[in-house]
Amino acid sequence: MSKKYVMGNGAIALGALSAGVDLVAGYPGTPSSEIIETVAKYPHEGTYVEWSVNEKAAMEVASAAAYCGARAMVTMKQVGLNVASDPLMSLAYVGVKGGMVVVSADDPGPISSQTEQDTRRFAEFARIPVFDPSSPEEAFEMVQDAFEYSEKYKTPVILRPTTRVDHAYASIDAPDSFKAKEYEGFVKDSKKWVIFPRLSYMNHATIEKRNIEIGEDFSSYRFNTVSGSSEKAVIATGVSYAYSAEFLKDYPDVRLIKVGTPYPLPESFLLKALDGVSEILCFEELSPFIEESLLKLIGKHRLNIEVRGKLTGDVPPNGENDADSARRIISRFLGLDVSEKTADLSDAPKPPMRPPVLCAGCPHRASFYAVKRAMKGRKAYFCGDIGCYTLGNAMPLDMVDTCLCMGAGITMAQGFNHMDSDAVAISFTGDSTFFASGITGVVNAVYNAADMIVCVLDNSTTAMTGHQPHPGTGRNMMATPVEKVSIEKILTAVGVKKVVTVDPLDLDAAISAVKDCAEIKGVKAIIFKSTCVAITKPTGKMTVDSDKCVGCLRCIKEIGCPALSVCGGKAVIDENLCTGCGLCSKLCAIGAIGGVE
Amino acid sequence: MMKKDIMICGVGGQGTVLASKIIAASAMDEGSAVHSAETIGMAQRGGPVTSHVRIGDDAYSPLIPIGGADLLIAFEPSEAVRNLRYLKKDGFVIVNSVPMKPTTLGAGEGYDGKAEIEYLTSKCRCLIVDSDELCAPFGSSKFFNIAVLGAAAGTGELGIGADTIRTIIVKIVPERFHEKNLAAFAAGYKIGENR
Repeated sequence: MSKKYVMGNGAIALGALSAGVDLVAGYPGTPSSEIIETVAKYPHEGTYVEWSVNEKAAMEVASAAAYCGARAMVTMKQVGLNVASDPLMSLAYVGVKGGMVVVSADDPGPISSQTEQDTRRFAEFARIPVFDPSSPEEAFEMVQDAFEYSEKYKTPVILRPTTRVDHAYASIDAPDSFKAKEYEGFVKDSKKWVIFPRLSYMNHATIEKRNIEIGEDFSSYRFNTVSGSSEKAVIATGVSYAYSAEFLKDYPDVRLIKVGTPYPLPESFLLKALDGVSEILCFEELSPFIEESLLKLIGKHRLNIEVRGKLTGDVPPNGENDADSARRIISRFLGLDVSEKTADLSDAPKPPMRPPVLCAGCPHRASFYAVKRAMKGRKAYFCGDIGCYTLGNAMPLDMVDTCLCMGAGITMAQGFNHMDSDAVAISFTGDSTFFASGITGVVNAVYNAADMIVCVLDNSTTAMTGHQPHPGTGRNMMATPVEKVSIEKILTAVGVKKVVTVDPLDLDAAISAVKDCAEIKGVKAIIFKSTCVAITKPTGKMTVDSDKCVGCLRCIKEIGCPALSVCGGKAVIDENLCTGCGLCSKLCAIGAIGGVE
Repeated sequence: MMKKDIMICGVGGQGTVLASKIIAASAMDEGSAVHSAETIGMAQRGGPVTSHVRIGDDAYSPLIPIGGADLLIAFEPSEAVRNLRYLKKDGFVIVNSVPMKPTTLGAGEGYDGKAEIEYLTSKCRCLIVDSDELCAPFGSSKFFNIAVLGAAAGTGELGIGADTIRTIIVKIVPERFHEKNLAAFAAGYKIGENR
């Protein structure tokens, strides 16, 4: 045993390893990605770890392990659970033998996500238990408890951390090496493991009865707590509890109720905790889950308690809570007078906006620029996708017209083609996204005789989430060299008319490739292949010859590289940022930019 | 037992995460409980980033409340102003005077960080550091994250011993960078000490 200073995601990994997890699978997605990376990092014997091709694959791989009686964990971000919902919904009916924990990380804000969806709703929808940790320390213990509950009730169980728990660091006391739990193996029983309407009908009734039992069980669970005894109470879940507790430490009499297991609702615990309460504030993030659960409970037991929260406008419907909103909202509810703790800053200079941008030297910039140049003067739709390259929407590139969800770039470009065949329909998909959910879209486009260009931005990694390997990289999480899956061969095999691979930093060749493809009918594909600059050593540096530079600033106005800025009316290159990609030198009309590429 | 809330802010890519990791590890090495939080994800690509380091048993949550930070270490003048609301009334600011101009066309035109430095000087106790000058001997502004830790230790506002931090730097940073990083730390320390 030793103290380890780890992220909440690391704590979840250590908790799962401590529980003897036999198989861990998942797909990268902020804020969940570091869980699998931590599992792989610590010495473990007998635990199989994989980055799956997507969340649905991960859920199914893990289900088989749980059928074998092994302990399995799947990890994903909240929108990943949408992808994995098909197996999860059915699995909830079938049940498991070995413990199975589904970690779905929510992202209030949202900070790095498309939606502010609430995984607690998913748990209720699937009728399976959910644990909601308020700190990394608690997540470490809860994941171990989750395995126990999963085996006790033979059901998959969800652990739902949020970004501020996933990315908070704390010290965790954990073993230094781990050994996977022994398991029985798969015992064939088609009445149990093959889902049929009859089985679902029978199990549905069992599940509803069981959930009442779990609610009772949860009523004595150590992470459902109450402190203080005031008539006006605060109830909080997840990290919102931590903010509330910090503010209320100066007001120990105020009744503070924490719910660590939002579903099935620990009714007996709550009825006791609510005894003597006249008014309660629900302080939670995302949806008013506890608030609505309380309203139901109060109605059912005809209690005379006023419930305040998101539904009454006391807590904002969107965005994340923090220490400051806890102070403001709870003090207003309790009628406390809390003075401002900072000096008056109303006269401060307004800080400049800093929207995120593609890195200096990022090959995606060159790919977007090549397509932009090739399509100049033509009507075209640019359908983006999920990854670093969504940032291609920023000015001055302005090359992402749509972004919906993983893989949608390809299928939406196809839809635009059917609605407006005069325009060139172009999709941009990253390599990892292509494997995750792009391939079926290409097949759909070929099958339905679409006329479009599929651009695969292949930087040989899953960059946005922290550079995870994928099927095209030749590496996996068991660290064994594996056969690379060829994007080019896949595209050719499914019947794409023309497949070109081009280096986006070779600007002329890249522009011609796009122009050539635009002249051919059918589905065409261009693989823009150049490794992510964050995982390669810079090859050179470019400099501006200030004697030659006429200050037209075309380089800055056209590509918006962070290494380029204006000084004294002329372009300058920040040598600390420049990677020597050379894109700016290729578009300077007077050849004022040179250096080593 | 020490209790200190330290916020580090800057622009994605400036190396704030390593600085916060070293502070956290050093405080733990001296026997304190530590919690911290980082900006991770899309905002890391050139957006504003913050690290919250909370030292002491009193921290329930990973985020420092507004008006709660004892020390604000800013890698960039406008980011110091952006996060100034987190500083306690009598808190201390260490700020790099070298601005990072926003890349987005039209944003922050004419921004040079001077008004921000002036504002900070008029508003709070602070130490102004020039990262270009400070890092010139080491050949890259990438050493600023270690140098600024030296400055923070030198002022005494960090509350952690310089020797502890040096030990942690040696532990965390790859060996081939030890010499330059320790020299950067020493250079920063001198500036902090002579404030």
